[in-house]
Amino acid sequence: MSHSTPVTVPVEVDQRLAEQSGRKYWKSLEELSRDAQFSARLDEHVRREYPSQAEMLADPVQRRTLLQLMGASLALAGISSCTRQPDEHVLPYAKSPESLIPGKPLYFATAMPWASGAIGLLVESHMGRPTKCEGNPDHVASLGGTDLFTQASVLDLYDPDRSTTIVRNGRSATWDDFVSAFGPDLEAQKQKGGAGLRILTGSVISPTLAAQLAEVLKLFPRARWVQSEPVSRDNQRLGALLAFAEDVAPRHDLSKAEVVVALECDLFAEGPASVRLARQWAARRRDAAMMNRLYVVESTATGTGSMADHRLALAPAAIDRLARALAQTLGVDVGAAGGAQLGGEEAAFVAALAKDLKAQAGKSVVIAGEPLSGQVHALVNAINVQLGNLGASVEFAEPAAVAPVEQGAGLADLAREMARGEVELLCILDANPVYDAPVDLEFVAAMQKVPLRVHYGLREDETAVLCQWHVPATHYLEHWSDARAFDGTLSVVQPLVAPLYGSKSVHEFVALLAGKPGSAGYDLLRESWKATLGAPADFETRWQRAVHDGFLAGSRVDARSVSLKRFDAGAAPAEMNAGGELELALRPDPSIFDGRFANNGWLQEVPKPLSKLTWDNALYLSPETAKSRGVQSGDVVELTHGGRKLKLAVWVQPGQAPNVGTLHLGFGRTRAGKIGNGPGFNAYALRTQAAPWGGSATIAKTGETYSLACAQEHHTINEHGLERDLVRETTAAGFAGGDFGAPRHAHGAPAPKADGHGEKPGHAEGALVTQYAGYKYEGYAWGMVIDLSTCTGCNACVIACQAENNIPIVGKEQVARGRELHWIRIDRYFNGSVERPRAVFQPIVCMQCENAPCEVVCPVGATSHGEEGLNEMVYNRCVGTKYCSNNCPYKVRRFNFLLYSDWTTPSLRLQRNPDVTVRSRGVMEKCTYCVQRISQARIEAKRQDRRIADGEVVTACQQVCPSQAIVFGDLNDKQSAVRARKSAPHNYGLLTELNTAPRTTYLSRVSNPNPELAGA
Amino acid sequence: MTQIFHKSFNTLSKASIVLGGVFAATAVAWLLSANRAPYISLVNVPREQPVPFSHKHHVAGLGIDCRYCHTSVEDSAQASLPSTKTCMTCHSVVWTNAAMLEPVRESYRTDRSIEWLKVHDLPDFVYFNHSIHVKKGVGCQSCHGDVDQMPLMMRRNTLNMEWCLECHRAPEKFLRPREEVFNLNWTPPTDKPQAELGAELAERYQVQKLTSCATCHR
Repeated sequence: MSHSTPVTVPVEVDQRLAEQSGRKYWKSLEELSRDAQFSARLDEHVRREYPSQAEMLADPVQRRTLLQLMGASLALAGISSCTRQPDEHVLPYAKSPESLIPGKPLYFATAMPWASGAIGLLVESHMGRPTKCEGNPDHVASLGGTDLFTQASVLDLYDPDRSTTIVRNGRSATWDDFVSAFGPDLEAQKQKGGAGLRILTGSVISPTLAAQLAEVLKLFPRARWVQSEPVSRDNQRLGALLAFAEDVAPRHDLSKAEVVVALECDLFAEGPASVRLARQWAARRRDAAMMNRLYVVESTATGTGSMADHRLALAPAAIDRLARALAQTLGVDVGAAGGAQLGGEEAAFVAALAKDLKAQAGKSVVIAGEPLSGQVHALVNAINVQLGNLGASVEFAEPAAVAPVEQGAGLADLAREMARGEVELLCILDANPVYDAPVDLEFVAAMQKVPLRVHYGLREDETAVLCQWHVPATHYLEHWSDARAFDGTLSVVQPLVAPLYGSKSVHEFVALLAGKPGSAGYDLLRESWKATLGAPADFETRWQRAVHDGFLAGSRVDARSVSLKRFDAGAAPAEMNAGGELELALRPDPSIFDGRFANNGWLQEVPKPLSKLTWDNALYLSPETAKSRGVQSGDVVELTHGGRKLKLAVWVQPGQAPNVGTLHLGFGRTRAGKIGNGPGFNAYALRTQAAPWGGSATIAKTGETYSLACAQEHHTINEHGLERDLVRETTAAGFAGGDFGAPRHAHGAPAPKADGHGEKPGHAEGALVTQYAGYKYEGYAWGMVIDLSTCTGCNACVIACQAENNIPIVGKEQVARGRELHWIRIDRYFNGSVERPRAVFQPIVCMQCENAPCEVVCPVGATSHGEEGLNEMVYNRCVGTKYCSNNCPYKVRRFNFLLYSDWTTPSLRLQRNPDVTVRSRGVMEKCTYCVQRISQARIEAKRQDRRIADGEVVTACQQVCPSQAIVFGDLNDKQSAVRARKSAPHNYGLLTELNTAPRTTYLSRVSNPNPELAGA
Repeated sequence: MTQIFHKSFNTLSKASIVLGGVFAATAVAWLLSANRAPYISLVNVPREQPVPFSHKHHVAGLGIDCRYCHTSVEDSAQASLPSTKTCMTCHSVVWTNAAMLEPVRESYRTDRSIEWLKVHDLPDFVYFNHSIHVKKGVGCQSCHGDVDQMPLMMRRNTLNMEWCLECHRAPEKFLRPREEVFNLNWTPPTDKPQAELGAELAERYQVQKLTSCATCHR
């Protein structure tokens, strides 16, 4: 049976919502409907905490057998305490490397390349093993934060499914075999000027690689280099060409924007500058007196949309019309057919938005997402010019790609050439067109007409198995390279470890094509830099500096001055709701993007920001649309789009635009690896060259159902929790008037005082009585504040915590049983009606209660109160009674029902943080405020005879957070940042009426709505 | 029908209850003592190593300081074992043909580590930091014993948690002046007993009694 698939239609939910006076927040539709099945699941997940029989072993064990096993294990446990420790060996270096102190990690600057720009990193290395990526505070795209992909990339390095050897027609071969066999083929091409040679890559942001490819093209003048990414910037490019007659990319600066408008754009989660944008935006959301305002119009509920002060859920075609109407209202020339008429609510929205934008002209910005057409991008460019934002909140410059091209058309040309038999040698570098090329190109059939196909990539994927040669690629943590950030800043990709499987880097591979086999990647990179920098006398100094910093200072590409051209904005697309049609929206997945991270278990298991689905994608429909089609979550429907059919599961998602079905890319893979093979539905089977982002579609019920593992009701804070005062919200105007979001009749104890010492019994009139001994914290008293105003639910903290604390994945079936182990869960609450909900994210870490209910119930003292106020967890003492978890009102404790940690795969062991215990079966675990980092800072401070300074201990979640929503520090330090935030009037604790005195507290979410759009 | 059990079984059954109790108590006592016995704790058990390295010869005989080889003891959690290159600083000149040093020379030639057996091996769930203990005036000798008298390395202490806690609960009993940490022959001055000196040092070095679980377990 499935514990996760909701099997109810939201029956008359709105009516119920209206009946429930005073109740605002809800987590799922089934909870709102309060039907029998929900009550049953509530029983399992909330009252029982874990589903029934969760404690049973997977195989049917009789009571008698169980008793025998228990008796035997008790006896063995006794004896095991008397066994000798197994012998361990120490292997000192033969010749010790410079600057390495055993036991101390080193940090190296590098950069993670990404199709649209690199993000600068500092990577932690333990004795040569990279274990954790942190943002490089000096790098323009990071500013110290990172996203979830970057955090998870270190797991990709150690992925046991990476290819380890060169494969020729299914048999392993050596590099020398490849070089000697490939040489004559290349020579043959050289005779023809490379007429039959085609090189297919993703977007190239490495100037060195681009220069190498240019060199190859010189050798093979008739060859062609094709760039293609499933998530390209073709529409942005077209928009720039229309508006400015040159290919430029916008760069946004949200620190200079009072009004931010995002149209179909998840700007805090996608794109090369998302981390930077989130940070800039959040910096203006902390002070209620100087808040910016965010408007989001989107088809699919996203993290960015959830942060909006005003959000409108519209179908992509309707967003197109809205953008045109907005342009028209602002006085942009939209051409004869380019305008659009809006009705009712949308018209009011546009009117108020236009007024706000005009009032903040020069201090506003409108941003369009890639799925919108090139015409809309052009209009948005024109709007920004019209508003005078150019040079302030937005500027234009050449994109990060070194040689930007129209990718869709390029790939289509390649497919045609291949089909005509014109291509004789195809080299595919780090791309997977067999899986992700538009389906109407019939790429597989075309490709098989190419006599010789060579694939270079990390895994033996869908494309690799259809090529004669597969050459394993190096991971970015294994090779020397360079990459441009979104603003052109030249970043150094520095290897942290020698290639695990002796693979060649892409530069070394391309050097072979350029007739320079055997060149080392490091030398190639330096040569290219010498050429770029003009071989200055101080090259060595500058190079060393760049490697140290992670980027070349001052290499930012200057903005271009652009002038708006007259352009034809075309006509608005037709609405797609005639005859039961719905609009299909194909979008990159919030956790595995375009499918390249499909084999990354951390990313597969992280609950998606809004739907909280794990391990799958599904067709998201709004509750209204699902009701009208008679489908519910878990139903399998047959979707028809452009004559192509795909059977897939439905997920009813509040916040989804009506009549829109969103399907995320990247799932349904067949050759991704053990993790990525299988889950979800392959959206690429529907994707065409003409409509890469979807279009008109119909769905038909099949009567089948599909089990989806959704975490939205797992670890719910008790059955009444939802009715309690867990989420607080207020507005900037309300804040000024003294409304900090507390409910008017809030019962229970006041929020903990800023010094972290909870109210003690007898100290204050009306204080709650406790039998706990009062603790005194003479040294440090650690505490955390999480700002709900700036948490965008991006999941970066969840993955960072997983990487830092050796948290294993459990798999879809175990997630369905509520056994996921993430120490941070991001609770997502909806507020308001089912059709127009606002989402609020609340990251829940261990509250480190002063009066901790978990501590007193542990029969073996495995969890206890530390001298600095932490609820400490001693794994080796834990016998797995789960009493602590049962007694935790916040549901932050996680239990290893099975042996989830992989103790055997050698490559995965290399990733582990040596400062954190790897847990075994039968052990409880939870957030410890990264106690290993506290210990290190404490020892460091003591060695220097001083106190730990504020900001010296940074938890993994705090460090990674793009929007700096998490602040951690010493509550005994009167000057600390955490104490300042705790003294804010909108600081509050969860369930303080239980007198747990939590150390983790929250700041009410403050929004800044436009008074003219009340209720929207 | 005759009785199955003879009358004497009454006594036997009573006796078996008592004897059972005695047996259980003995078993528990045996387990507790076994856990502290050298068989389990390896106290005073010299361990065989790839090279029979003698601390006695190098420390007592030649007077080499601990830190010459254990270089990171003041900076890191690990005291660290010397690289082969450190051994070769002397052994490229002295005892260059000694057969027992062949593994060292081989390691240096092939750039492969010598696989030493770990003598002082804490369980993987315990996180010990050398640098802070050294900084707070805990002598090498307090944990590792009379290393300078050991021809082959062995444990002098059980490394059990109760043994760690002896000091963590009452550090003043074991502290010594920082400058004497690496002196293996240090004894408290005659005019100032350990109790007095330790208390003074604990005050001066701000030594806390860290007994929170997370001090060592995380």
